[in-house]
Amino acid sequence: MCFTSQFWQLTVAGLAIGSLYALIALGYTLVYGVLQLINFAHSEVFMAGGFGGLFLVRELVGDTAPGGAAAVLITTAGILGGALAGAGTAFVLERTAYRPLRRRGAPRLAYLISAIGASLFLYNLAGKEFGRLAIPMPDIYTSGTVFHIFGARVTTNQLVIAGAALVMLIALDRLVAKTRLGQGIRAVAQDAETASLMGVDINKVITLTFIIGGLLGGAAGFLYGLVFNVQYTMGFIPGVKAFTAAVLGGIGNVRGAVLGGLVLGLVENYGVACASSAYRDIIAFMILVLVLLVRPSGILGERLGRSA
Amino acid sequence: MAMLELQDVHVKYGAVEALKGVTLEVNEGEIVTLLGANGAGKTTTLRTISGLLRPSAGRILFEGRPIDQMPAHEVLGIGVGHVPEGRRVFPRMSVQENLEMGAYQRKGGNKEVMQRVFELFPVLSERKSQEGGTLSGGEQQMLAIGRALMSRPRLILLDEPSMGLAPLIVAKIFEIIAEINDDGTTVLLVEQNAAQALKLAGRGYVLETGSIVMSDDAATLLSDDRVRAAYLGEDIGAA
Repeated sequence: MCFTSQFWQLTVAGLAIGSLYALIALGYTLVYGVLQLINFAHSEVFMAGGFGGLFLVRELVGDTAPGGAAAVLITTAGILGGALAGAGTAFVLERTAYRPLRRRGAPRLAYLISAIGASLFLYNLAGKEFGRLAIPMPDIYTSGTVFHIFGARVTTNQLVIAGAALVMLIALDRLVAKTRLGQGIRAVAQDAETASLMGVDINKVITLTFIIGGLLGGAAGFLYGLVFNVQYTMGFIPGVKAFTAAVLGGIGNVRGAVLGGLVLGLVENYGVACASSAYRDIIAFMILVLVLLVRPSGILGERLGRSA
Repeated sequence: MAMLELQDVHVKYGAVEALKGVTLEVNEGEIVTLLGANGAGKTTTLRTISGLLRPSAGRILFEGRPIDQMPAHEVLGIGVGHVPEGRRVFPRMSVQENLEMGAYQRKGGNKEVMQRVFELFPVLSERKSQEGGTLSGGEQQMLAIGRALMSRPRLILLDEPSMGLAPLIVAKIFEIIAEINDDGTTVLLVEQNAAQALKLAGRGYVLETGSIVMSDDAATLLSDDRVRAAYLGEDIGAA
């Protein structure tokens, strides 16, 4: 096979980018779960996280890369900064772009238009305020490579991305399966009206769902910025790919989103080795079209509100 | 003062008026049944009480407090439980989780209530970890009632608990409704199964196309010719 010679190298890269897709995809899938709505402005939540993390890290990093324990702290701060910026953006989005429509019982199409409008507004606002050029993240780590596995080089960035994503994915999975809020989210996803008869404040659950999706998406924005720079348009491609990942795994299905993200990351990297890197984005969207044609419910199926 | 009072309640679906001035009351400790044909407005009445629908006119008081503008989760919070039509158990939650959902607003200690629910419905205890969607119709109805009891309601609204169930199961469910009432919970029961509902209830109301057309003691309604003809399916002429 065309990718066997670099198999491990491609796998490492695929898992790293795939775990980012997974983090973003969870934002789509959680919101879809409670509202049956694709939040197409989620890519801007991700972008806001990129800028939030960048600005915070710029304050913390001096002229030289700090390395060591300081690097760990700064990375954590960057993730938190990105997560908070993402959560704030998601919160405002829900209040301004969706809740007024919900109160009026607007048709589905209105939400889609509102989402696209909000997305255009947000990224143009970011472009105007923060400039339109790509901004690199300051160097945080002194060494680019951490270790080798099966002859494949694992970069510091890849390790940070995969490690942070893993922690957040496990935390989210436990939150949905085990906590009272998680149970409320699942109840709203399965039957919102009955959930309200059980005493669940649906509006509160929806707000918190947007915030959780925003935390994950915003953190992903910062992590993405470590490798690919931060720019006002940075949300678009990862956003659509994460949406693909969510559909691939089964929209509304939390574990499906994670699986879809990882599969997409891997396939994309193997595919690049077989064709050329120019095909990277084409592969992702071919997968989207194929899934929609062949198995629209995704790999794990559309099991809304499923706990495990 | 009645526990629950509906005063001239009107409800509209768009231009259609589903309730045209319903007035009824339920006193503490009673079992009251609301009878009527399909589309008479029975379910609409219950949904309006529990805050899923807003009346366009009229007032609803629970223990003297107006509740007609309250969202559903607050109505539950002040002591009104609702077992919805069609049971509506959460299909992909375990029996245990479904019951926990009933106690969503209660802080801590549900053990005692859950113990009582398992006493009433031993089958739920056996199926604790089974998903709600995999239960039989009768078991789902038991789960729906048990779930509503988890919030320790003072008034419970039951919407057609006998729907689609075998006669033996229906008898069992009605027995348990009596037991719940003995525990001190007031019951407002909507039923198509008029004969059985009137045997259980103390009083009844008859709803026809959005208006209350009759209200009396259950025994009186049970022997009323019009009720017998319309809701008990009896042919009066032949008797």
